[in-house]
Amino acid sequence: MYILCTVLFVIGIYSIIAKRHIVKKIIGMVIIEYSVNLFLILVGYKAGGIAPILAKGQDVAEFASKGVDPLPQALVLTSIVIGLGTLALMAALAIRLYEKYNTFDMSEINRLRG
Amino acid sequence: MENLALGTIAAPLGSAILILIVTKWWKRFADIWATVVGGFTLVASILLIGSEPIVYRMGGWAPPWGICLVLDPLSELMLLVINLLGFFVTVYSLSYMEWYTNKPKFFALFLLMMAGMNGVVLTGDMFNLFVFLEIASLASYGLVGFGVEAEELEASFKYLILGSIASTLILFGVAIIYSVTGSVNMADISVFLKGTGNNAAVLFAAVLFLAGFATKAALVPFHAWLPDAHPSAPAPVSAMLSGVLVKALGVYAMARVFYNVIPVDPIFLKVIMVLGVISMLVGGLLAIGQWDIKRMLAYSTISQIGYIFLGLSLGTALGLVGAIFHLLNHSTYKGLLFLCSGSIEKATGSRDMREFGGLSKRMPVTSIATSIGALSISGIPPFAGFWSKLIIIIACFRAGEIVPGIIAVGVAFITISYYVKLQKYTLFGKLPDKLAKVKESPFAMSSAMIILAVLCLALGLGYPLLNSSILSPAANSLLDTTGWGYITNVLGF
Repeated sequence: MYILCTVLFVIGIYSIIAKRHIVKKIIGMVIIEYSVNLFLILVGYKAGGIAPILAKGQDVAEFASKGVDPLPQALVLTSIVIGLGTLALMAALAIRLYEKYNTFDMSEINRLRG
Repeated sequence: MENLALGTIAAPLGSAILILIVTKWWKRFADIWATVVGGFTLVASILLIGSEPIVYRMGGWAPPWGICLVLDPLSELMLLVINLLGFFVTVYSLSYMEWYTNKPKFFALFLLMMAGMNGVVLTGDMFNLFVFLEIASLASYGLVGFGVEAEELEASFKYLILGSIASTLILFGVAIIYSVTGSVNMADISVFLKGTGNNAAVLFAAVLFLAGFATKAALVPFHAWLPDAHPSAPAPVSAMLSGVLVKALGVYAMARVFYNVIPVDPIFLKVIMVLGVISMLVGGLLAIGQWDIKRMLAYSTISQIGYIFLGLSLGTALGLVGAIFHLLNHSTYKGLLFLCSGSIEKATGSRDMREFGGLSKRMPVTSIATSIGALSISGIPPFAGFWSKLIIIIACFRAGEIVPGIIAVGVAFITISYYVKLQKYTLFGKLPDKLAKVKESPFAMSSAMIILAVLCLALGLGYPLLNSSILSPAANSLLDTTGWGYITNVLGF
């Protein structure tokens, strides 16, 4: 699973660097974000884990040994929301760029030099 | 005092939303409220200077379990830097942003950015650092593209892509650190890593942090976004980005992580030093060739950030004092210069220096402020920029780093040369006919520039006082690894 993480990350970087189409760049960005989210989830993964909520009558020792770590899940939730914000902004910018330049090709959007 | 520190985050964050709601019925509310909030955070950050370190536990959870906000001397200094420039930029934009259509939205984004930066310097939690960093960054992407013209959108998109990759790398680093130590609290991580030493995973995380924060700080191999983003943004935003954002998100975060969280490793200090020296040189050399006034200032920012990192990388108390003092100075005079360039742009409608000349006759206030800013940044003795550069250069030689010291002296001359160019082509010489009718900028803009110019001089003359009251404590709070000052404050043992 960690290998999948790395592969996703590399695919994302590749599509940002090598692809010219703005939307493909955006997709690459999203893939990178999700590879990191996956990594965070894997950090907290525990085989046969149970929800980290102590139910009534549950054995505390068993709960402590089996319950998954809740923190990475909370972190991933936050980072997904942040990713959503970034994605929305990127999409809005892409639409506005299309209005101004009439193209999605990043190599033609090059008025800034220097 | 605790609530005052929390207020510097909460007030701008809440106001950003409040402004958007209230301005539906009352347009002027945005101006008034943004000024009030800016003034409040400025007063709060001045009052907090010199106070005992404060640890605010969010929701009453003690660290390392809960999120905590930590106010130590370095955070006090950074709060002052952010809110000082933030307030004057707010005053300046009251009249500058009349150029653009939607002022309330500008102030909402601006306050969001302020809240994010205040959060970054106050937080004591790695993941919380990432969250505030993203708040500040997302607001700044929006602000760079605020004019929605073709160039602005393009710059904003480039900045957004590079900035998001940097943020993702930082998050990756946080995840690795968490998997190693089982904690995201900075002090707790530090205690854990002091016990075990740096293993390979921690070093990998450190490399990720280095790349991420260096992109945010625009050190040279990672600088590609800055010369596009800063000139394209509206002038107040450029002033904020160059003056504060790269420092809060880049320099401060890097210093905190590499001095207080991950045990100080000579290899990383060496890497930071090399990056700093390259930034100084490349930024300075590229600035000479620029004709766009704001683009020149942007390259100059890269060069000056290099100075700050050179000071940080020495690892000695003197070097850190120099770096922190240079950070404070650079935020005032680079903010000032960007505001001046904004008022020149507004008066003449151009940013190309070849079209200017003799503006000192038509715009006396702006040109005096520009001159003071340029003299200060190029290091002319009574002004603040001279002292901080002198301290960094002396610290280099004291630490036995002769070559970086000599390069730092050389870059100081390069700096003088391109600011002489700026003054010669913009302020002096013959006034072109089509500029014969330009007017001085309105009161709100002039007053902000005058106060910042006075500050440039005052910081230089007041160095002894500043050093004892805030610069040395800030440097010590970074360096204090033997007494574990930072950790003791946070964890309370």
